[in-house]
Amino acid sequence: MLTAPFEFRRASTVNEASDLLQQGTEVKLLAGGHSLLPLMKLRLAAPEMVVDISGIPELHGVSVHDGVVTVGAMTRHVEVAQNPVIQAEAPLLSKTAAVIGDVQVRNRGTIGGSLCHADSAADLPAAVLALDAQMVVSGPDGIRKIPASEFFVAPFVTALGAREVLMAVEVPAMPSDAASTYLKRPHPASGYPVIGVACWVGNGGTSVKMAITGIGSTAFRAVEAEAYLTEQGVNASSIGEAARLAAVHAPVEDDVTGYKRQLVNVYVSRALHQTMAGKD
Amino acid sequence: MPQVMGQALKRHEDIRLIRGRGQYTDDMTLPGMVYAKMVRSPYAHAKILSVDTQAAQAMPGVLAVFTGQDTKDELGLIPTAWIPPNSDLKMTPHPALAFDTVRYVGDAVAVVIAETPYQAQDAADQVQVQYQPLEAVVHPREAVEDGRPQVHEEIDHNIAFHWTVGPDLDAVFQQAEVVVRHEFRQQRLIPNAMEPRAALAQYNNATDELTVWVTTQNPHIHRFLLSGILGIPEHKLRVVAIDVGGGFGSKIACYPDEVVASWAARKLHRPVKWTETRQENFLITSHGRDHVQEVELAGTRDGQIQAIRVKAYSNLGAYLSTAGPGVPTILFGLIINGAYNIPHASADVYGVVTNTTPVDAYRGAGRPEATYLIERMVDLYAREIQMDPVAVREKNLVQAEAFPYTNPFGLQYDSGNYQGTLKIALDMLDYPKLREEQAALRKDGKYIGIGWSTYVEMCGLGPSEVAGAVGFQGGLWESATVRVHPTGKVTVFTGASPHGQGEETTFAQIVGQELGIPVDDIEIVHGDTARISMGWGTYGSRTTAVGGGAIHLATQKVIEKAKKIAAHKLEVSESDVVFEDGMFSVSGVPDRQVSFQAVTLDAYLAWSLPEGVEPALEGTAFYDPKNFTYPFGAHVAVVSVDPDTGDIHLMRYIAVDDIGNIINPMIVEGQIHGGLVQGIGQALYEGAEYDAEGQLLTGSLLDYAMPKARFFPRFETAHTVTPSPHNPLGVKGVGETGAIASTPAIVNAVMDALHPFGIRDLPMPLTPEKVWQAIQQNQGGR
Ligand SMILES: Cc1cc2nc3c(=O)[nH]c(=O)nc-3n(C[C@H](O)[C@H](O)[C@H](O)COP(=O)(O)OP(=O)(O)OC[C@H]3O[C@@H](n4cnc5c(N)ncnc54)[C@H](O)[C@@H]3O)c2cc1C
Repeated sequence: MLTAPFEFRRASTVNEASDLLQQGTEVKLLAGGHSLLPLMKLRLAAPEMVVDISGIPELHGVSVHDGVVTVGAMTRHVEVAQNPVIQAEAPLLSKTAAVIGDVQVRNRGTIGGSLCHADSAADLPAAVLALDAQMVVSGPDGIRKIPASEFFVAPFVTALGAREVLMAVEVPAMPSDAASTYLKRPHPASGYPVIGVACWVGNGGTSVKMAITGIGSTAFRAVEAEAYLTEQGVNASSIGEAARLAAVHAPVEDDVTGYKRQLVNVYVSRALHQTMAGKD
Repeated sequence: MPQVMGQALKRHEDIRLIRGRGQYTDDMTLPGMVYAKMVRSPYAHAKILSVDTQAAQAMPGVLAVFTGQDTKDELGLIPTAWIPPNSDLKMTPHPALAFDTVRYVGDAVAVVIAETPYQAQDAADQVQVQYQPLEAVVHPREAVEDGRPQVHEEIDHNIAFHWTVGPDLDAVFQQAEVVVRHEFRQQRLIPNAMEPRAALAQYNNATDELTVWVTTQNPHIHRFLLSGILGIPEHKLRVVAIDVGGGFGSKIACYPDEVVASWAARKLHRPVKWTETRQENFLITSHGRDHVQEVELAGTRDGQIQAIRVKAYSNLGAYLSTAGPGVPTILFGLIINGAYNIPHASADVYGVVTNTTPVDAYRGAGRPEATYLIERMVDLYAREIQMDPVAVREKNLVQAEAFPYTNPFGLQYDSGNYQGTLKIALDMLDYPKLREEQAALRKDGKYIGIGWSTYVEMCGLGPSEVAGAVGFQGGLWESATVRVHPTGKVTVFTGASPHGQGEETTFAQIVGQELGIPVDDIEIVHGDTARISMGWGTYGSRTTAVGGGAIHLATQKVIEKAKKIAAHKLEVSESDVVFEDGMFSVSGVPDRQVSFQAVTLDAYLAWSLPEGVEPALEGTAFYDPKNFTYPFGAHVAVVSVDPDTGDIHLMRYIAVDDIGNIINPMIVEGQIHGGLVQGIGQALYEGAEYDAEGQLLTGSLLDYAMPKARFFPRFETAHTVTPSPHNPLGVKGVGETGAIASTPAIVNAVMDALHPFGIRDLPMPLTPEKVWQAIQQNQGGR
């Protein structure tokens, strides 16, 4: 479990990181290292250069302005889980970060690293999708924003350009009456979600958002279920049908036994029940 | 002097281990040390066409690259050390580095030696091996079919041995009222000791001595085998196991890696270190279990079991590992009647080679495979005759008056009250009430299940005479030296080789109690062939029963001699001296006394010793037990099954064990918990899977589910104590009981829960998907 040789650099600004990304064919940014380093140790990744971005001040910090929570890309999972601003304005994000891996993983791993790595079984993509978050990205052509719904392209592939750095995640604050749940079924070996359902209900039941990770090639929004629930209202009788709709439309592959769709059905239903129970 | 035997003393070894001060093989650094990295086959079965080492040789820091061609004439083959008699066992020639054929993924073909581990790895990646892939076999029963590829040319139909025991039982089965037949798959398990394996070899040019630090459970067996393979005589070979981070059987075997590191150290005159990665650990360190078992049980309509027989195909992997052939034969076949008085039994075992990682002992080794078979069959039989599984057990368990009980294969079960442990478990559970609850819950669509396992196992291996009779190529006695230093402090040298089981504490308790001195005055030394004359190591739950027995006898020799000196000092005859709590006193005159420490000093000063008594004070004993020991007990699991997801929730687990006398209850508790977790791991989570090409699909901790603490409820444990008459301490062994008993208890519980769906059996591990699917198929989804 030893990496191939590589050059190690430390960037102190986003621009510097961006510049370094253009220096070779294989340059990798290093955030928490909890996804990149295992790959390098298995020699599945062998970048020529590794650029540590943990010391870039612009990537740190959590703030809220005009109903938008900005979470710096270098924010560790543990901070996302425990930060009072995030807990107050976007509790779904905190709840999701709180159940990633274990204590060590949460102490090292970052929100930016997790989203950019885009493992199809990662937890956070479900939350940022359900929250309609935007990725704030800096590259050679300046800063742009990518909606979460366009960010996850395929397993381990994002809409991030080769020279781009994720700076922060902007999350619209949840309505004050919102109730939310992240329900995860950890894999018995890896602890990653076999399925993770992130959902919230707010604005007097007129906003229902739900995204599912782990079960498809990327995380996805359960749009049919959302539409049905928005129309019918979320209640004991509508939840069953919404769960069925989510299962039927889930983009799952290799589901020979039908078990994956069954899990979608059960976990969507449970997540919604839990959300409604949380409301009272 | 307080009582120390039977006390839950904290573990002496933990002071260093939990503070990160332990010294494992990989922690060792020697001046001039270089690093070995193996080049391993990515194919399960292939011809080696060529190995090009040129590019690797030229890499920075590389001292040498050796291939199988370089080593084949200089190294002996790696042998198996267990040859079951009358089984027509064929050896599987196992070169340390393969030179013409590779037989499993991970088989080593070359080694790179470099100045740093990184350089070694970089260069290993540049060794170009051309393979001609061959068809592979992975499944033990398929491997014996006609027309399958042969793993070894010499081994027809891949049958390395065929071992049978017991008479022809056809007549019994033909006349039986009830015959239950079933096929079980004992899936393959990957031991995953916390510390991967490692070896560090140093050759001393001046003395021609080779020292090998290696992760082993049995340094003297390692020395014995390495000596033969390397051609270095035993008096020039030292094997050291400092701290070893768990083994579970996987550190019994002698592996190619330590052989190659040793050979290279001698060749290059540099200390060579080899350290396994976790990824390699999955691929090359021995696996466990892997049987297909065709089982038949004959009985009466009213619950009397008359016969049990099995035909088993045991997967041994690509090469016969050190103890590999003994596990599915002696340690399995001879005890398939379990804790029951079954008059007729027979076993028929095919030892099969396949293109998979070699299989050797894994916690329980053979006995879990036997216990699962009989405990599951008892439940299937109970279902068949519509009797409660507890009633069937009560009817068939060996009766307390029957001990010593001779089983159908001639094993003599030592002592016990099997019904006694079952009774306690029944009370702890409140069985009748739980059955009522179960019935009520079923009406609400909730499914709970209760599963029993009333087991016995054989351990404390074992008398050497039996070892010889069953083909184990070694002895099974143990050695101990108790050396009392002039100040009365004690060093104990044991031939057992604990690697996490806590005997540095347990053994000190034995000696402290017997000598009446503080346990802190006692150091236990193990795992070094230069400091310990001989020993057979730690496996088969033998360490306390046999190693402890030796220590007891050696301590008695010390006391015997000290008594002579004390009598001389007290000017009385030896028979008038009593020894108690560390004091020698004159019988009837308790204030005429002298301490153990004072006597020790006298022994060393030797100014005035009794006639014929030599100076110094130490005792050495070589103890060969009279028989195995037979721990037993009753375990019961309560589970609930969620039909929506197939999830199994373990609600309660009760373990009532009788392991004979208990020296340290906390350590015993720890051993039971660990064993349970591993046994339950087999039932619910673990399972190695290969594809048809022999690629290990569960090759990392991302895919292979090791049990985690959060999966378990608090275990409820209790004990009865029936001392074993087979050793002086009356202990039976506890290292493996949990792993042996728990697997069938869990599966019996799940099948009990699934009974309303008409499900009789499912192959382990009982993953939620498998359970859910079975429910779907049997009910069309309620
Ligand atoms: C034992 C273990 C268990 C885990 N369990 C879980 C789990 O249950 N659920 C889960 O979701 N995850 C889990 N993870 C993954 C963990 O959350 C990772 O930390 C995370 O996926 C990556 O974050 P990181 O900060 O460590 O990123 P790194 O490993 O440093 O980087 C990951 C990738 O993202 C790129 N990158 C990082 N930051 C940026 C940026 N700002 N801009 C552009 N590119 C960037 C890197 O170049 C790299 O390619 C686990 C990891 C481990 C080791």
